[in-house]
Amino acid sequence: MPAVEVNHIVKSYADKAVVNDLAFSVNQGEIFGLIGPNGAGKTTTIRMLMDIIKPDSGDVTILGEKLSEASKSKLGYMPEERGLYRKLSVIDSIIYLASLKGMDRHSAEKKADELLNQTGMLANKRKKIEELSKGMGQIIQFIVTIIHDPKLVILDEPFGGLDPVNTELLKRMFLDLRNQGKAVILSTHQMNQVEELCDRILMINNGNSVLYGNLTEIKSRYRSHSVILDFEGKLAQIQGVTLKRTHKGYVELILDGNTTPKQVLERLVSTGIVINRFEVTTPSLNEIFLEVVGKNHE
Amino acid sequence: MNKTLLIFRHEFLHTIKRIGFIILTLALPVLALLAIGVFHIVSGITKPPAEVTRIGYVDEVGGFDQFTTQGSITLVRFDTPEVATQALIKKDITEYFVIPPDFISTGIIKRNIMQKEATPPPATETAIKNFLTSNLLAGKVPVATIARIEAPLNLVTTTLTGAGNVATEQGGLGNLIIPGVFGFLLALALIFSSIYVIQALGEEKENRLMEILLSSVSTRQLMTGKVLGIGLAGLAQVAVWVVSIPLLLGLASSSIGGFISTIRIPANFLVLGVTYFFLGYLLFAVLSAGVAAISATVREAQGLAGIFTIFAMAPFWFFSLILLFPNSPIWVVFSIFPFSAPVLVMLRLGMTGVPAWQLAASIAVLVLCIVGGLVLAAKLLRTYLLMYGKRPKLAEIIRNLRRG
Repeated sequence: MPAVEVNHIVKSYADKAVVNDLAFSVNQGEIFGLIGPNGAGKTTTIRMLMDIIKPDSGDVTILGEKLSEASKSKLGYMPEERGLYRKLSVIDSIIYLASLKGMDRHSAEKKADELLNQTGMLANKRKKIEELSKGMGQIIQFIVTIIHDPKLVILDEPFGGLDPVNTELLKRMFLDLRNQGKAVILSTHQMNQVEELCDRILMINNGNSVLYGNLTEIKSRYRSHSVILDFEGKLAQIQGVTLKRTHKGYVELILDGNTTPKQVLERLVSTGIVINRFEVTTPSLNEIFLEVVGKNHE
Repeated sequence: MNKTLLIFRHEFLHTIKRIGFIILTLALPVLALLAIGVFHIVSGITKPPAEVTRIGYVDEVGGFDQFTTQGSITLVRFDTPEVATQALIKKDITEYFVIPPDFISTGIIKRNIMQKEATPPPATETAIKNFLTSNLLAGKVPVATIARIEAPLNLVTTTLTGAGNVATEQGGLGNLIIPGVFGFLLALALIFSSIYVIQALGEEKENRLMEILLSSVSTRQLMTGKVLGIGLAGLAQVAVWVVSIPLLLGLASSSIGGFISTIRIPANFLVLGVTYFFLGYLLFAVLSAGVAAISATVREAQGLAGIFTIFAMAPFWFFSLILLFPNSPIWVVFSIFPFSAPVLVMLRLGMTGVPAWQLAASIAVLVLCIVGGLVLAAKLLRTYLLMYGKRPKLAEIIRNLRRG
């Protein structure tokens, strides 16, 4: 059973479709990247997943059922712009928000101690939120998101404002969540983080789905017809290579549409040069993002 | 625990721990206790001296030589102003006055004192006045008539019921004090409660905590919990005042007496006070919630809420007019107008008998407006609570409300 099943949802404001016929699913035990430029409709999509706003048409099921007030406790959400009660202490903030997710005070405090300890924040337990740094506040917010052991965790730009140490800490915790069989939706602009963490992605632009599926498959789909070659000897003209670009330490060979990298490798070997490195060029997700979004902007 | 109850408890505890709330709640009892204490200290320090005050006078008309004892004041005759001045310098007398030859035609009395003062002390003025009157009338009219001329009126007013019986409530300034003070505190409580609702919702919207809350609870649960939680805190505040008023009044009346002992709490006042607070608060709170939903910042919301919270304080601007004409049709209309009704009815209760039909009409209109306000606020919250940035224009709000 998928953790999230979205069936052709549409949402319009003032006759403008903000989300247009979006359909996707998120499996349990995976980290799913929800990516897109600013104003693409990511936040509106997330709000519909959480039943904060209703779609004009289409439907959303979470863990096999329509989200209700009771089942909201299965969800953990960390919004992009984070805020907590500035005058409350760390522990009181956590306990109050955990209680709204159905936890009793005793279990919430016990679990909070455990997570504060795990994140190195236990010493700040009695401090007021306003006394914490932005990064520390973000860690507290993450604790609030997962304290009630949700089955589905939605994280909107979780790394913004975090130092490298805390970024690594959160990444490890995300992977732990996935390993525990939870579904994690990661909405971010940081494509390197998506490449590192996500199993599958949905890229949306202007409310429409523009890329959806397994990240490796998508990257291979966008593989450019070129190879990188580091060699010793004299490079002769190779059949099927239309252009040779020389870079520092390697050359990039651009292939014609009918030639595969395997064929080029065979032809290079037959010329007798020493090949130190032969690599099929794959674009980064950032390049794919720019290409896809760029096309849609044109 | 039910999520609405959790929000209710959180908001109640959060509100009663606010410094502003604590100060406002304790202001009435503490200030009243302070006033009673200060009265006792001041009256203890400035107790009138046991010895008789001696005031000198120079009679340049002749014939002012009787009635020289006026209460605790003794009037001492001097032959010339110079002799009287010497006595004043030696502190044999506290002051002196001269009755000039043309006194009968001008009424002028020349008074000489050693210490600067704003106005003559009433006791001194009365003593001199009575001394002059008594001497002028001596031998011409009976002594009893002189006494009546000096204090001609002791007005005793009795209010009768429609059946001609003596009414339970007799009115008077003593009746006005408690509703006036309570009305003022009620206005403050309504305004502050509205501010608390705006701050609670506005801050959560401003710092995006709202999104986390709405991922756990519904808009309805959030609004109900908040409005009732803050409302209970406000009610607790009013309860402290309502309980402390009779206690403080008893204490003040027994220890100070005088005018204080004439202060009365109008019948049904306590019940109506709590009722109007509750209804007024609910109306202001639901509208404040709606205003907070459409506003980008807390400051903007507070500015917008001023449009209706101003009516809570408005009756005090026209206090003297309400006092003079408490049953004017204008005040009757504003007693039914929901935003001004809670405070205005409280004030009028102290000045006149507010007819039952007016009370019923004003309570009915308040209830209807609360129901309408709830529906409106719920729609605004659902539509605008998660919209940030520029405040929507009125036309856009109306269009979205029509769409539902």
